[in-house]
Amino acid sequence: MKELKILAVVIFFTLVTYWLVEPYAHGVMHKQVDSKQFAYSDLDEATKGVMSKKGDATRGKDLVVNGGCTGCHSITVADIPATMDAVTAASSYGVNPPDLSNSGVVYDAKFLAALIKNPAQALKVEHKFTPESGKMHPMVPFYGMGGDIDQEVADMIAYFQSIAVSQDELTPEMAYENACARCHSMKYLNWTELGPKPSFKTEIESLTYDLKVLEYQDSLKAYMGKLPPDLSMQALARGETRARNFIEDPQSYLEGTAMPRVGVNAQSAEKIITYMFDSADPKREQRDTIGTYVIYFSILLAILAILWKKEVWRDLK
Amino acid sequence: MANFTKATSVKDWLNQRLAIEKVEKVMASEYWIPKNINFLWAMGMILAVLFTLLVISGIFLLMYYQPNVDTAFVSVNYTIMSEVDFGWLWRHIHAVASSVTFLIIYIHMFTAIYYGSYKKGREMIWVTGMLLFITFSAEAFSGYMLPWGQMSYWAGMVITNIFSLGDLQFNGLVEWIRGDYVPGQAFLNRFFMLHVFLLPLAIMGLIGLHFAALRIPHVNNQDGEEIDFEAESKKYLDGDKKGSKVMRFANDFMSKDIMVLAIFLIFFFYLVFFHYTFALDPVNLDPADGLVTPAHIYPEWYFLWSYEILRPFSVNIGLIAFGFAQVIFLLLPWLDRSPNTVPASRRGLFKYWFWLMLGNMIALTALGKLPPEGMYSTLGLISALLFIVMWLALPFITKNEKKA
Ligand code: HEC
Ligand code: HEC
Ligand code: HEM
Repeated sequence: MKELKILAVVIFFTLVTYWLVEPYAHGVMHKQVDSKQFAYSDLDEATKGVMSKKGDATRGKDLVVNGGCTGCHSITVADIPATMDAVTAASSYGVNPPDLSNSGVVYDAKFLAALIKNPAQALKVEHKFTPESGKMHPMVPFYGMGGDIDQEVADMIAYFQSIAVSQDELTPEMAYENACARCHSMKYLNWTELGPKPSFKTEIESLTYDLKVLEYQDSLKAYMGKLPPDLSMQALARGETRARNFIEDPQSYLEGTAMPRVGVNAQSAEKIITYMFDSADPKREQRDTIGTYVIYFSILLAILAILWKKEVWRDLK
Repeated sequence: MANFTKATSVKDWLNQRLAIEKVEKVMASEYWIPKNINFLWAMGMILAVLFTLLVISGIFLLMYYQPNVDTAFVSVNYTIMSEVDFGWLWRHIHAVASSVTFLIIYIHMFTAIYYGSYKKGREMIWVTGMLLFITFSAEAFSGYMLPWGQMSYWAGMVITNIFSLGDLQFNGLVEWIRGDYVPGQAFLNRFFMLHVFLLPLAIMGLIGLHFAALRIPHVNNQDGEEIDFEAESKKYLDGDKKGSKVMRFANDFMSKDIMVLAIFLIFFFYLVFFHYTFALDPVNLDPADGLVTPAHIYPEWYFLWSYEILRPFSVNIGLIAFGFAQVIFLLLPWLDRSPNTVPASRRGLFKYWFWLMLGNMIALTALGKLPPEGMYSTLGLISALLFIVMWLALPFITKNEKKA
């Protein structure tokens, strides 16, 4: 009985120390941001018109092709190739505009509507492209093709949704590639900013590729002000909650940051986080399974040890 | 030369050459332990097991770790964590064991303080114990440098800076320790050497010395009872096992050691598999970058209390306070002037001293992590001053203690 009391005292002081040093101190050091569940409600006002219209995918296709999107973006599923390679595109725009094949499933519809009409606002980078700076966001806004602009935008979105794979078919890797890969490398899963690095037969080819990556990074640095960090370990370095909130709105953590709000929907965000964990913590399932067995085994061992002790001590007390 | 006869068995053969029976008696079956001790006396054994786990897991990590500023981070976070089969398991065991070792060390130390186990012939146990604490601290710090993450780099920078000794401006000493102006390849290499060779070697030697220091005074007990080990062990050997106040180390006390250890292992493996982030600081998962200072630089939790004794003062005074905190525990057997070797609960003012010291060190630990702003910096200053004043007051508090 006395021993249990002593144990309770030891556990009490250990837990107090733990609570103060971990949850409490971290709570004080890192500000907590509440997730808005990827609602993007700040865009409600600007997209009211578009969201009330029902889009038509066939008309949307013409609008996308003639309205300029494909001048910068490729749409591989519709056999629309990129007009230039990634390195050249980056030297013109600062970053390679992403392929739009799956944009209908990766991005939130409301966000897409806002993006098409006013990229800097949707991406929350207006602080970088103020009138005084004289700089324009590299993605030109869509000013309409003569009809009702809200209807036109709704048609385009309907088109993107019609060509995209379904949410079930969208893999974590695809979601990541669409939303993040043009800016971030993820070395532990073999990603450079130009995509997964292929294996080359000769060193010259390999080095030529590396050189292209460096060139691309230079453009990116000039555009973003710094090289976006490698994402290999970010899932663990930032933790799941913070990673999620950061994807939802980078400005909430790093005010004035150059990273745009990418505007993915909630399901895609979960997939991106899964992918980041695949890189940072690929053994998590194995760990959980083995951990459970080890705990059971330790409990068994403890029971045997208690019985043996009782046996030995019977003669002593 | 001794007289050797033809051996009748392997045991006999060894016995003639190594006196294993005698050794077994001295170390185990006739190493007498008082019966009235509780599970806190198993902490030493848990520490020995934790150190063994650290050595074994460390050897596995060493097979893939690369002490190079360009590859260290990747070799730990990618090669060991993702590529090598069960590399993550060894890393988690190593990280959690190092952190938990300190938890158990603190419990072990406060147990000794509570029961007065540093007095009356047990001074050398205490001194070797403190030397173990200091070498373990150096071991933990050097190990923390190895993954070469942001915290490795910046904690390395801050801690080595201490050796400039404030206004004494011993910058040459700092550079000598680093092998460079800032932490770099030379720095990493030497801390690697210390971590995997010199310090573990020193720890092994000190553990041996610590155990040897225990053999003659025997361990203390929880009632402050003076035990006549000669008479009591004779009683035991004559068959009165129940009536004797002592028991054999093996198997009698060892069975309890192992019971406590087995229960502890459930907790330990729970941490290893399901709750390890406290031992692997997330900030250290960003690779070292000499151009980007992290928003908050703090040491691992077990150094926080002494960090907080350094921090609230101006540089020079802080360093003096810090130096004071590092050596003062070592002097405990001589600062405690009372001859009573009984639990603190029976020791008048010392009772309050003990619980206040424990509470204050926990407060210092928490404040060492919290940003030093507003209320926290005031509290930090008060706690640090209290720590110093309490140690200075100890001889006066204990001098007039009544005989318990
Ligand atoms: C002048 C070239 C240009 C045109 C025209 C253009 N874009 Fe873009 N687009 C870009 C660039 C550059 C980016 C990347 C911006 C960044 O990451 O900062 C981009 C990004 C995007 C994104 C990803 C946004 C995100 O949240 O990550 C989508 C979706 C998109 N564009 C759709 C369109 C659509 C639809 C059109 C046609 C209405 C279009 N773009 C027209 C250059 C262009
Ligand atoms: C247009 C380029 C761009 C895109 C697209 C982009 N990022 Fe970033 N990201 C950046 C930049 C630039 C930074 C550096 C921000 C800073 O330090 O101010 C950054 C920083 C980060 C960080 C580190 C934040 C921190 O706390 O230091 C994370 C995590 C991150 N991005 C995740 C993502 C994810 C996930 C995606 C895809 C959903 C993504 N990023 C898409 C440019 C981008
Ligand atoms: C890795 C480090 C250490 C190991 C492996 C270790 C091991 C042990 C062991 C096995 C015992 C005997 C059983 C027990 O009372 O727990 C013991 C006793 C003791 N240790 Fe340690 N110890 C370590 C560190 C320390 C430290 C840091 C101190 C404090 C300065 C310390 C002070 C003592 C004292 C005073 C005793 C005697 C307890 C008594 O007589 O009741 N030890 N140690």
